[in-house]
Amino acid sequence: MPPGSWTELLWPYVFIAVAGWLATDIWRWLGVLLGSRISEGSAALIWVRSVATALVAAVVARLILYPAGTLEATPVTLRVAAVAVGFLVFLGARQNIFAGILTAEAVLLAGIFLMA
Amino acid sequence: MSTPTSFRKLPWFLSGMRGIFSGPALVLMSAFVGFCGFAYEAGIPVGQALFMSGMVWALPGQFVLIGAIIAGASLPTAALAVALSSMRLMPMVASLVPEIKSRDTPTWVLLLISHFVAVTAWVFTMERVHLVPREGRVAFFAGFGVAITTTNLLIVAILYGVISHLPAMIGGALFFLTPVYFITSIWASARGIEVYFAMLAGLFLGPLFHTADPELGILYAGVIGGTLAFLLERLVSGHRRRKNASR
Repeated sequence: MPPGSWTELLWPYVFIAVAGWLATDIWRWLGVLLGSRISEGSAALIWVRSVATALVAAVVARLILYPAGTLEATPVTLRVAAVAVGFLVFLGARQNIFAGILTAEAVLLAGIFLMA
Repeated sequence: MSTPTSFRKLPWFLSGMRGIFSGPALVLMSAFVGFCGFAYEAGIPVGQALFMSGMVWALPGQFVLIGAIIAGASLPTAALAVALSSMRLMPMVASLVPEIKSRDTPTWVLLLISHFVAVTAWVFTMERVHLVPREGRVAFFAGFGVAITTTNLLIVAILYGVISHLPAMIGGALFFLTPVYFITSIWASARGIEVYFAMLAGLFLGPLFHTADPELGILYAGVIGGTLAFLLERLVSGHRRRKNASR
């Protein structure tokens, strides 16, 4: 075994601890310390919420367009159509999350079956 | 540890634990099933998936972290992307703390249990905490947090064992749960119009900036898209304020 194998085994966990745990819990600790000191409707809070939402949405879009694993073999138009139809059903069903998810999955699987 | 008062906290802890049978908890469990499919398809081993779920305990952050790992991002880039996606936890914790703490709650206890705060625990607690007496609220929240974290870690451990025996298409379908869950749950839990603007901006700018810069594109899309959404919100709410003032 090469001498670097031990650190190679540990590296993913260090990566997750720093880029995942620390990068997340720092905000929770700050939230405790700020406590009641910040107001719910402040402009800074609205900006923070906007950036966080846009970032997650950007990752969502990237994963629909460039997925990993089995979905890579499916056409991009099918994946976009499945999400779009699922979202419309979600809106139509009084924002029922389950209805949206089930519809998107049904469209995706139906598309895969029809093309097979 | 005993409290000077005769108030018993254990019944409230157990009452919080029973929250795993609530609607928000069931939605989160199905989202964790989706996370398993997503992480498995991305090639994340079970040990790392469990470690990540327990340590990060926020699906958007876990999702962004795996996205960064797939893209081969460096540690600082991945940390920055996760930190930006987890910023939303700060206002959540800050608004939850005044609801659950009593005068004798030590800060270290709040720092410890703040780890359980994510969208689900926040929605669950904000909805029910007024039914719990002030002295039992921290125990109630901790009970829910412990129960739901343990349950979802078990889901990850068990599902990883069977997922490789399932047809490949099932893995693909489970991967697909996660993006759809985020779009619908963020939209449904939006507290202001800026969330809708930010969602649309991110969905369109994400792929655009990704093609320009696969490494940092997501960060640009988040900061630029989020700032545009914020400015639009200021414009709309400013317009509303002026209209109300002239009335």
